[in-house]
Amino acid sequence: MSPAPPVEAALLLAAIALSLASGLPTLVRRDSEGAARLGALLAVGAGLAALAAAILGLAGRTGTVVDAAWPLPFGRLVLAVDPLSAAFLVPVSVVFPLASVYGLGYERGGANAAARRRTIRLFSGALAASIVVVTVARDGVVFLLAWEAMALSAFFLVTVEHEEAGIRRAGWTYLATTHVGTLALVAMVLLLRQRGGGLAWLPLPEGPAGTDAAILLLALVGFGAKAGLAPLHFWLPGAHAGAPSHVSALLSAVMLKTGLYGILRVSGLLPHVPVPLAALVLLAGAVTALLGVALAAGQADVKRVLAYSSVENVGIVAMGIGLALSGRAAGRPEWVLLGVAAAVFHTWVHALFKAALFLGAGSVVHATGTRAVDRLGGLLRRMPATGTAFVAGAAAAAVLPPFGGFAAEWLLYAGLLRAFLDPAHGLLLAPVGVATLALAGALAVTAFVRLAGTVLLGEPRSAAAERAHESPRTMTAPAILAAAAAAAAGLALPFLAPALERVASSWGGGSEARLVPTLAEAAALGPLTALLSSLAACVLVAALLVALAFRRRVIAGRPTWDCGYAAPSATMQYTARSFSTWVAERLAPPLLGVRTSPGRPSGLFPARVGFDSSTPEPVGERLLEPALSRAADRLGRLRRFQHGRLSSYLVVPVATLVVLLLWNALRAFWRLP
Amino acid sequence: MSRSFDLLLVGVMLLNFLVLGTSRIRVCIQAAALQGVLLGLLPLLVHRSFDWRTGLVAAGTLAVKGLVIPSLLLKAMRDVQIRREVEPHLGFVASLFLGGIGTGLALLFAGGLPLAPEHDGSLVVPASLATLLAGFLVLTTRRKAITQVVGYLLLENGVFVFGLLLLEAMPFLVEVGVLLDLFVAVFIMGIVLDHIRAEFSSLDTERLAELKE
Repeated sequence: MSPAPPVEAALLLAAIALSLASGLPTLVRRDSEGAARLGALLAVGAGLAALAAAILGLAGRTGTVVDAAWPLPFGRLVLAVDPLSAAFLVPVSVVFPLASVYGLGYERGGANAAARRRTIRLFSGALAASIVVVTVARDGVVFLLAWEAMALSAFFLVTVEHEEAGIRRAGWTYLATTHVGTLALVAMVLLLRQRGGGLAWLPLPEGPAGTDAAILLLALVGFGAKAGLAPLHFWLPGAHAGAPSHVSALLSAVMLKTGLYGILRVSGLLPHVPVPLAALVLLAGAVTALLGVALAAGQADVKRVLAYSSVENVGIVAMGIGLALSGRAAGRPEWVLLGVAAAVFHTWVHALFKAALFLGAGSVVHATGTRAVDRLGGLLRRMPATGTAFVAGAAAAAVLPPFGGFAAEWLLYAGLLRAFLDPAHGLLLAPVGVATLALAGALAVTAFVRLAGTVLLGEPRSAAAERAHESPRTMTAPAILAAAAAAAAGLALPFLAPALERVASSWGGGSEARLVPTLAEAAALGPLTALLSSLAACVLVAALLVALAFRRRVIAGRPTWDCGYAAPSATMQYTARSFSTWVAERLAPPLLGVRTSPGRPSGLFPARVGFDSSTPEPVGERLLEPALSRAADRLGRLRRFQHGRLSSYLVVPVATLVVLLLWNALRAFWRLP
Repeated sequence: MSRSFDLLLVGVMLLNFLVLGTSRIRVCIQAAALQGVLLGLLPLLVHRSFDWRTGLVAAGTLAVKGLVIPSLLLKAMRDVQIRREVEPHLGFVASLFLGGIGTGLALLFAGGLPLAPEHDGSLVVPASLATLLAGFLVLTTRRKAITQVVGYLLLENGVFVFGLLLLEAMPFLVEVGVLLDLFVAVFIMGIVLDHIRAEFSSLDTERLAELKE
């Protein structure tokens, strides 16, 4: 690769340095508001530098940024930007500054606020810096080091509120899962080295197909654990719900995407993609999308709904990657183009709307002190700015046109339908993908109507929700900004098309440069833009008319559901659970559904009965936990060996060492083989 | 590798026996300190010519192993008023005997190893293994925390001697090893000893079994 233009290199290194530096002011002066503001300013600078570097990279100004020897005995420090790296720099460059500014308001108040802010600032800076390095590393060891730094910073961010036992538990689960994933990645890096002769990540020459399949499988396990591909998603809801909300935004909107980037990067190095593995990625994406959205519809915790929605969106991006891989396996540049474009564009849009949703949810949690959907309600009146951002984000997440989510899925639909209708040899899995996408879209509408309706509309279901107040501008502005960008992203798609084409053609190290159609032709962007812009115009005109009509009138403030009841109470409203019963209890298989324990009233004068429902995580809490605790019971007998006498522990290695030495010495003495 | 180099290694091995054979903790610490000084001199003899990286390794080793850790240990010994290792798990004569067997085995074993030609016939590998074994013996058979730290030091010294084989090929690893020693010094002295003393008002590690779940 040729060296990158000096501007690009300077911007990238500045982004890394500024991200790291953004945690330092609060580290030195923890109680100072000015230090926090300086940290946020540094984060904004880092974001702007990274965004500029990403735009340059997407415009085709790519190349090696750093290529130097370092004192470690293995690998070299190689950083390089290509359109794929640039595409995955976009989420971190947008969400990190937004989250940092948001933190100025969010991190105030509560016990230990200053100490918490210090931890959050330090490690979110480290997280952003390591994510930038992960996306531009071109050497196995550099990549693994940055990957590990990212995983550890995320662990400290997840466990910021470690006073709660549940959060500590979520943190340990995350740490264990991510390290299992890293183990697979270490094996993958070693296999890549064996295959290509070095640690540098360059396109591989032709070679044994078995090794390539093993590399891709290890990548799927390692990166899938980070991205949250089913069934490796079980750590995600706990970790993302337990972290402070702007950190959840950073984890959900940015960090998950590094897993998807990894799958794209490593599969791009391979000369051939085995057809079954491409199909596996597509299927895994479909399963993840359905599982995530079905679980999102039943959750009782606002942030868990959002976390499961992230699982769904990761699944959709993985379907795009699966389509692109199938295209490479079958030699169809059109599928590759649409698959990669759908994956990358969905990644961007998801980063925007998930940031808006998590920041909005954070304001709600901050104002009411609860994350339980059924204790909220009526917040749109009390928190208009936050509520508007949340509704816009929810509409984008529910794939409604004209918001960005719709345009992203349009690309994927176009790709899957083209793959199915291919005149030579259609992709048999494509209709499965189309059906999954349609079903997931419908379920996403249910999940987000339920969430936004219960939290924002109606009457408050608890005293805390009744007393809620709007957040300061430092918290509402980032959420509104992210929501507006997510809403406008669909209209911007035609302008972004050349960049997406560049990403698709660079994927695979330029060997796929024979992309015939343009994205605009392949995905019918003309009709899409016409549809989206006319819809957007309709929405704007309708809003304007409503505003004009109500300009002079006095709007009487009445409670919702006030229609003819003598004494309406908040408990008469539909609950979140009643809204999603048909999904969470009738449609979903029992493993995914709601678990209820109703107390039945009996007798002529029934006593008070309670009703309890929960949606445990199917893989983590219903399958893994019982199995693991059974295993722990069985292995309890081994506890005998933990007697606590240090010297006896040490005798074991000494005895082993002496026996081995003796054996070796005797072997040499008797000249045994 | 010269005669003076091997002579120093013989000194290292003899000091192992001193540690194994004495009940006085002060002598133990002083022997370990002297061993540290000898180890500090070794890197200088590996290279005929002097370069600053080797000099740094040598100076770091000398300072940490020969001065810092022993003086911390001596201070700890004065603080807790312990002079002698009483009732070790294994008697001093038996320890010496086992140490002798270990050294013999190390010599036998090193003879059969396929080493690089320039290391053939030198005492590096046997000295390293013998010191390792002696360290293990002290760690397993003594009761007092301070003596156990000395055992740990011997173990570390054994690893360091082995690392000398790599000094030319991979200087970085040896340097990291020296840094690790510094970390261990701070860690063991600052945290472990202080905590044991605060919790149990004694440095007898047998009492640590009370921490068992």
